[in-house]
Amino acid sequence: MPVIVKVLGFSLGLTLVFTLIANLLPQVEGEAPVEKIIDPSAFTEESFIALGEELFQGKGTCTLCHNNMGRAPDILALNMVETSTERMADSRYQGSAKDVEAYLRESMLQPSIYVVQGFGKKGSNDTESPMPTVDKAPIQLSELEINAVIAFMQAKDGNLVTVALPTEEATPTTSQSEITIQINEPAMAKTAEAALVQFGCTVCHSVLETESPVGPDLRTVASRLSVEEIRQSIVDPNAVIAEGFPPIMPTDFAEKMKVKELDMIVQFLVDSGK
Amino acid sequence: MHIRLILLIILLVGFVTPSLAEIASNSSEVVANTETTLTPAPELKRSDYPNMGFSSRSVVWILAQMHLFFAAFVLAVPIFVLVIEFIGFKYKDDRYDDMAHEFMKISITAYSITALFGGSLAFALFLLYPQFMAYMMRVFNTQTLVYAGLFFAESALLYIYYYGWNAMRYGEAKWGHLTIGLLLNAVGTTLLVVANSWATFMMAPSGINEVGAVTGSIWEIMKGPLWNPLNLHRVLANIAFGGAVVGAYAAYKFLSAKTMAEKAHYDWMGYTSNFIAVLAFLPLPFAGYWLMAEIYAYSQQMGITAMGGILAWLFVVQAILIGTILLSANYYLWSGMSRCEGSERYTWMIKYIALVLIVGFLIWVTPHTLILTPSEVATLGGSHHHTLGPLGIMPAKNIAVNLMLIATFLSFQLYRRSDKVITVSWAKAGNALMVAIYVIAIANIIFAGVYYGYFTNTVYKVGSSVMQVASTLIVIIGGVIIDTLMFKNAKTLPSTWGKVNNFSQYALFALPVAFTWLMALMGYVRSSVRTNWHVYTVMKDNSPENYIPAIGHAGNMMTIATVLFLLIIVFIFWIASLSNTKQVPEVDNASNC
Repeated sequence: MPVIVKVLGFSLGLTLVFTLIANLLPQVEGEAPVEKIIDPSAFTEESFIALGEELFQGKGTCTLCHNNMGRAPDILALNMVETSTERMADSRYQGSAKDVEAYLRESMLQPSIYVVQGFGKKGSNDTESPMPTVDKAPIQLSELEINAVIAFMQAKDGNLVTVALPTEEATPTTSQSEITIQINEPAMAKTAEAALVQFGCTVCHSVLETESPVGPDLRTVASRLSVEEIRQSIVDPNAVIAEGFPPIMPTDFAEKMKVKELDMIVQFLVDSGK
Repeated sequence: MHIRLILLIILLVGFVTPSLAEIASNSSEVVANTETTLTPAPELKRSDYPNMGFSSRSVVWILAQMHLFFAAFVLAVPIFVLVIEFIGFKYKDDRYDDMAHEFMKISITAYSITALFGGSLAFALFLLYPQFMAYMMRVFNTQTLVYAGLFFAESALLYIYYYGWNAMRYGEAKWGHLTIGLLLNAVGTTLLVVANSWATFMMAPSGINEVGAVTGSIWEIMKGPLWNPLNLHRVLANIAFGGAVVGAYAAYKFLSAKTMAEKAHYDWMGYTSNFIAVLAFLPLPFAGYWLMAEIYAYSQQMGITAMGGILAWLFVVQAILIGTILLSANYYLWSGMSRCEGSERYTWMIKYIALVLIVGFLIWVTPHTLILTPSEVATLGGSHHHTLGPLGIMPAKNIAVNLMLIATFLSFQLYRRSDKVITVSWAKAGNALMVAIYVIAIANIIFAGVYYGYFTNTVYKVGSSVMQVASTLIVIIGGVIIDTLMFKNAKTLPSTWGKVNNFSQYALFALPVAFTWLMALMGYVRSSVRTNWHVYTVMKDNSPENYIPAIGHAGNMMTIATVLFLLIIVFIFWIASLSNTKQVPEVDNASNC
């Protein structure tokens, strides 16, 4: 066999081994944040907190450092209302916050005002924080988004949410009642029909124009279940399994669906089943 | 006449270089005084990106990668060629001079291919990302013309250096030739660092305000926080890469050789290439640490995105590639020990070195922070594996990589000692000192990694790696010094160049393949840490492909670039061999009658 064939065969074979390894590993794409239109006047406290959680896990990139790996205080494991109160009482605290909400806002906008011991930049003796300012690039949270994150941090341990819900008047930066935010998830469905398609309900259920025997018929669900039971069957489908159907409905709709989407779907099913 | 010619060139280069620098400096001052500098970076919409019906990113990716491969090669080869040429000149050994000239022969063909890919890349960028390129031109302004000017100087010096080789081979003229080589490398390295400033500006911009308007001089724009770490990393990596590629050439020629003399020549050439590649490779992880440390210092978010976020799996592939490089380089050295009977004194150690390399490799490929599905977390019983989890964190990997580097250096040391019988009176004490250095360094690397890595907080974990790196460097530097002193008046045992098995030559092919793939992989990381930004924090990427591609897709792209590079390199090898081929005129029997 000619030398050229042998060496090319060897080299290409080795290249293919590396390619194979790269393709055998879990495949994860790093999606860029997508723009999403929200109506600030349509928030409930629940949906506002949910938005805060989405931002905390997604666009805010908070969990990159604030996790159990020790790079920054583990916010999800701490009661942030109690922790904030303790920090404001610390003799090292030089900020101007007088309450928890102000402290949390200050810590996001001026992270170096108070650096938790052991978490400062190397060589700064805990006087400089490695945390980026969240209203600046690359994070660029808006005022509404910062408020949502504060609401989430207050609510996650059952504390009182003191942040005022956004209103149309409170968002003067937009000319209309809608503003644009960026979320690492698909845009919210605008209608109940769109939500039913987006969440794949039509795959197993007979609803809208589709017929499917896999799950119970949703066109008549309102005649069998109350509004609360319909809601429960979506967010906690294994609580009650409809007789004669397998327990295969996804259990993560409570995490994936926005409150408004859930409300729209429930209302649609109630109205269409009457 | 040659001397006068050289002086003229030096004067010309000396004249041209300050003039270009002056242009850049003046222009930045002029620009700084005009209103255009206060224009922010454009905010692009999806419609601002031309839709050509194919993947713009893929086209730019392949072209940029090809340009980088060839540029790395043609900038690196003259660096070690100059050193080899100088060694040949100093020791009056024509073999070195011939080898250096042959290396340049390969490099010169690659030079025009570099320019072809560079031009294609520029056209593709202006066509597919016009707004981004307009912004980059606004920021870097006439520095780009300085770059073009340097390219002219590089071309002139390269051609004079190569084609003037035999005309300036001996005596005073050789000094002139070496000076041209030095200038060639100075201009080449300047080209590299100028181009690096574009890449580091995109990652960690400087000399602009928070909306991307130019506020600083061109020097402030270039001298971002990542510029020097990347410069060092790329110079070292280029030399290692260049050494590996010419090593493959030598291996190809060795396998095709018809005579023992040819085999001996290319065996020696392959050994030298491997030596260059591994010598440049050994400090590379430390340059990598510096670059990553600066990335973390610039933006912790960016550092975590690279090391512990979505790109974490990629470091498993990196470990496999570096493992391939180290195992290949060591295997080549072990095989090469068969050239000399004196090596039998050391062959018993090979199995232990191999064990360290394999265990180190396995620790290095153990992943740590991974993106897991809930079911995978449930199966693992947490985000990390109970037993293997501790091996996934950096302290374990630092121990592994430092021990692998020390093991590789030991292979080198044993190889160099194979053909020598040390005669100095203090040989025993010298050997004892060398063993002591190894033992203390290894103990220190393991202690620092285990104690500071697992029993103290994060700040000390990072600090401990400095101790480990220092230990490894002490072994390497101490080993070179002790051996140099001990080899004085050493008796040299006979060794036969060309007496090496053919399998060992395949290790010289594995090196460039792994290096090429590794360069592509690290380019993917470097580019991906910007996430959805053209220029981090000031200019968003809103193109349809502004996401970080999955490792499988990226791997396929890297393979396309690597295979393309390999095919063109084979073509270059063929062209280089073709120049030695001379057709013998046919004998006309009729006329003879």
